[in-house]
Amino acid sequence: MDTESTHSGYSYHSSRSGRSNRHGDRSRERHKASSSKDSSRSERSVVINPPDTPSQDSPTDMRDDNWGETTTAVTGTSELSVSQEEVVGLGKGIQDRTQGFRRYLPLAVGSCVGLLVLATPLVFLLLPAVMWPDRLQACGAACEGLFLSISFKLLILLVAIWALFLRPGRASLPRVCVYRAFLTTLTLLLTMSYWLFYGVRILDAQDEDYHGIVQFSVSLVDSQLFVHYLAVVLLELRQLQLCYSVCVIRSTDGETRHYNIGQLSIQRAALSILEYYYRDFPLHNPALLSASKHRAAKHLAGLKVYNVDGAQSGNGNQSRAMVTAASKRKDSAHNELYYEEADYERRVRKRRARLVVAVEEAFTHVRRMKKEDERASPSDIMDVREAALAIFPSMARALQKYLRTTRRQHCHSMESIQKHLAFCLVNNMSPKAFLEAYLAPGPTLQYGPERWMADQWTLVSEASVTSGIKEGTEFLLKCLDFSLAVTVKSIPYIRLTEEYIDPKSHKFILLLQSETSV
Amino acid sequence: MAYVPGNPVTAVVERIEIQKLREGEHLILGFSIGGGIDQDPLQNPFSEDKTDKGVYVTRITPGGPADKAGLRKGDKIMQVNGWDVTMMTHDQARKRLTKKKEDVVRLLVTRKSLEEAVKKSMGHSYKQ
Repeated sequence: MDTESTHSGYSYHSSRSGRSNRHGDRSRERHKASSSKDSSRSERSVVINPPDTPSQDSPTDMRDDNWGETTTAVTGTSELSVSQEEVVGLGKGIQDRTQGFRRYLPLAVGSCVGLLVLATPLVFLLLPAVMWPDRLQACGAACEGLFLSISFKLLILLVAIWALFLRPGRASLPRVCVYRAFLTTLTLLLTMSYWLFYGVRILDAQDEDYHGIVQFSVSLVDSQLFVHYLAVVLLELRQLQLCYSVCVIRSTDGETRHYNIGQLSIQRAALSILEYYYRDFPLHNPALLSASKHRAAKHLAGLKVYNVDGAQSGNGNQSRAMVTAASKRKDSAHNELYYEEADYERRVRKRRARLVVAVEEAFTHVRRMKKEDERASPSDIMDVREAALAIFPSMARALQKYLRTTRRQHCHSMESIQKHLAFCLVNNMSPKAFLEAYLAPGPTLQYGPERWMADQWTLVSEASVTSGIKEGTEFLLKCLDFSLAVTVKSIPYIRLTEEYIDPKSHKFILLLQSETSV
Repeated sequence: MAYVPGNPVTAVVERIEIQKLREGEHLILGFSIGGGIDQDPLQNPFSEDKTDKGVYVTRITPGGPADKAGLRKGDKIMQVNGWDVTMMTHDQARKRLTKKKEDVVRLLVTRKSLEEAVKKSMGHSYKQ
């Protein structure tokens, strides 16, 4: 089993890019010794060679004889050098610290504004009692009733602010959400205007009517509760009514999904779509795309024949021969693909059959302990991990071969398979249930973050990302290896009319065609 | 043979006289009928116009009285013994044909080939 599977994922990536740099068949023939096939993961050297003219009768001898032989060697990842993954990891360390700050900024702003909002009415009530207690009119029953009302409303406001605003953010978006900014501004504006009024009309004038002051504070708390209601409507309720259908296509393998979302800004729509991506899209597997890249490389290699050195006479025939060979190859490419795919299907099915049999057999060897087994020897009684380890070797080989054939061996490490086996044993699952996890690629989120190949997302959009999505909006969500193309269509306006049918109006006639002999 | 509501029906008909055959205590004619105003005209394989609810001959017993008299499969029966049968229910038509007191049944039937034959002969006479 591959224990260094994360390593292999990225080293595969770098070797793939190296291979496509090779030009033409000639260089490939000459360097067959150094080229290597898919399965080995160790050091590779890719040689880039410009097409060489073998003609001896070149007029000028200015060329260095060794010029054709000088090569540019790019070594792939090896055990000693720093792999691409580690370099990316270095950068991430620095990024994470700044990300930490950005993540908690909305929380900090929210708590500050919340504190201000909650403290203001209390301050309004306390200041007259502190500053001019002797001139203050006594608070009657109605006034004290208002104290009760203020305290409950403040409690409700506290819980509401905590529920809506003081949550750890689940994403960091490129731009500030327009509605949040608007609501913060509105709240601050409201509070400031109340302070202004209070400062001028009550503090300066040293108003004695305490009942009025209390009523003033209650009106502030009421207004803030209404602003909170507006916040709930704008931030939570508005997007619940679905009115757009988005189509999300992954660029590498064309996986398409459709979702219905409501009125959102582009960045928030992108956020929802990414959450759906982690839930619905099968894991991105770069190993499955190498076949089509092979074919593309072959096409390019066959058709373009450049003659850099200028000597045309000897090479005219050669280039023509190459072009006809290339066209012949192009004609048989579809044939090759057909037989290759049929062969692959058969191999996968054969391996799968062997795997299913092996797993079923393995599962028959272990069984939950029942009452009568308590008398069995203690060496036979095992806990779940030991049981999993005991039956794992009999199916390991078949499973490994199957995963190799479907090119998914880097998604599952040995520990994860054993863990899954233990989980299935504990929950009394059938062998088929255990196998389902390996027969089809599951959603991206089910695998650990090191296998997603999709961590840092970039939103590429022509319209401003805080503008709302409309019919015909298109944007791109790019990540390192692939991108998701998103198009938006609106859900049609549905005209529903009613038609009343009297239940007694369901009448039928019999259509006869009888034949009688006379 | 198509029926246009409001207009009289015109057709080229053949007069066929069938002698009923006595078999035991039944008098049989040797053919089967299908159709009628209470039947589904769409299922009639012999009619040209699928809204025609007339009575058609669906089967002829070979060697029977109808066969000997010259009745053919697919003929539309227009009159039975003077009674019009074009707008009749299936059962009424059957009753008209199987009256126990009558020994002979005189039918007026029409078929496509009759019309064509008349047209051809008229065409001949035109040319002449």
